[in-house]
Amino acid sequence: MPEEREHSWIRELEHKYRSRAARITLLVRILQIALFAAFIILWETAVRSGWIDELLFSYPGKIARMLGELAASGSLLPHTMTTVAETTAGFVLGTLGGTALAALLWWFPVVSRVLDPYLVVLNSMPKVALGPIFIVGFGPGYLSIIMTAVSVTIIITTLTIYGRFREIDANYLKVVRLFGGTRGQVFRLAVLPGSLPTIVSTLKVNVGLSWVGVIVGEFLTAKSGLGYLIIYGFQVFNFTLVLSSLIVIGAVAAVMYGLVSLIEARLSPGYRDR
Amino acid sequence: MDVMLRLSGVSHAYVGPGGAALAVDGLNLDVAAGEFVSLVGPSGCGKTTILNLLAGLIKPSRGTVELAGEKVSGPNPRIGYMLQQDYLFPWRNIRDNALIGFEIAGTRGPEAERRVDRLLAEFGLAGAARRFPHELSGGMRQRAALVRTLAREPDVLLLDEPFSALDLLIRLQLEDLVWETVRARGVTAVLVTHDLEEAAAMSDRVVILDASPGRIRTVLDVPASIRARQPSEARWEPEFGPLFHRLRGMIQDSEGGGPGHARGAGTQLDSRA
Repeated sequence: MPEEREHSWIRELEHKYRSRAARITLLVRILQIALFAAFIILWETAVRSGWIDELLFSYPGKIARMLGELAASGSLLPHTMTTVAETTAGFVLGTLGGTALAALLWWFPVVSRVLDPYLVVLNSMPKVALGPIFIVGFGPGYLSIIMTAVSVTIIITTLTIYGRFREIDANYLKVVRLFGGTRGQVFRLAVLPGSLPTIVSTLKVNVGLSWVGVIVGEFLTAKSGLGYLIIYGFQVFNFTLVLSSLIVIGAVAAVMYGLVSLIEARLSPGYRDR
Repeated sequence: MDVMLRLSGVSHAYVGPGGAALAVDGLNLDVAAGEFVSLVGPSGCGKTTILNLLAGLIKPSRGTVELAGEKVSGPNPRIGYMLQQDYLFPWRNIRDNALIGFEIAGTRGPEAERRVDRLLAEFGLAGAARRFPHELSGGMRQRAALVRTLAREPDVLLLDEPFSALDLLIRLQLEDLVWETVRARGVTAVLVTHDLEEAAAMSDRVVILDASPGRIRTVLDVPASIRARQPSEARWEPEFGPLFHRLRGMIQDSEGGGPGHARGAGTQLDSRA
């Protein structure tokens, strides 16, 4: 068609734009990898040349060997799985519990007014300080570790999501009420779905917070898990073990965060394009 | 003539931390079945308050609101309401948005879905049924909101400046569409607007309100020649110009708060209307 020939220059522009964008993406990736490689090389060299203390900082080669040994002996996976399970339980329970509490506050405005100062105090308190109490209350083990993670996440989740509940445009609530909707229907059809993006982004923040709670919990009480490996390594002055555990934590935490971001991206288009 | 809506001695005061504010005072108004009535007036005349009272969203402090002889005590599916904007739920596609009235009533089923599909087609939205609101233009969204309201087959349609957020051309098209829909279905309509031209072109009667508190100042009958034409055409009727000027004169008087309207001392200005 003649029309197509006329507009071939537009396609050319588009093509140019795309290949330029692809080149920039490639450059970014190369720089990211180069930065990582430079860091590893610098670390290794610094230790080998005696610039920094090997006992304290270990070095990449030794850490890689340690990880290999741990994996071969079959103890790395159980420790990792324990911590991953505790962290997942922590952020899922923290987010669900926080959402439920926020729903309670929305449903009973008087309760929300009564609880307001308590929530403010709880929120500004360092929740991991409650760890010892959880250990006594729930016994030394998974439950008190998960509770520590939940305590870190739940209050801030409640406050964030309750804030979102109250921000929903009153006209959406009006639409449901005009059709004779009950308070429960207003919540289910307008308030909760309207807050879903906030709930998911809270979930993302809670992944990070839950790690803090779980590692501290494991410091205090655990007999397995990555936090336990760190404390054990510290006690026997094996900093290679400490750093190896840290690297596993970093990798697993990044994967978890990526998975939650994937959930966020799968939200229906109507949510994302508001 | 059957009375569809009746306001008898209706006054309403909002009470809040800043004190009480009288929004509307001593309203008496009958709207006949199938009639199209517009409410116009300066800001603060309680237009939206009146619609909320008619819809049963708020209970009047004094007086009664009746729908077909029965006291209105809460939202009622017989009364449809169109808001200033579409307020379609962004996470539902157009069809699911239009079906929400049935979902709330617990009557969503094949029959309801057929009815909504038919209405969507009738309003030129068949191709947009599976689309999300953000993919549609403002005019299409407001049409979808109209489908959502009409799907429950209301006897009364309350219109709260539903065209005010639209471009002029789209506004004229929608005015015609709503006018024809209301006529064809024998629906009783109450339109709140600040656009005097729109009020004159669409309605059978125009109610002019005073502000602070809202009171009925006067009611103007629209000549038959204008009533007979659809809104976009009605504007070209020879009688339209004089009608518009009369309306404007009355509104200006009411905004000036002429000597006869100094009553109601002690009431505060109400920003909610």
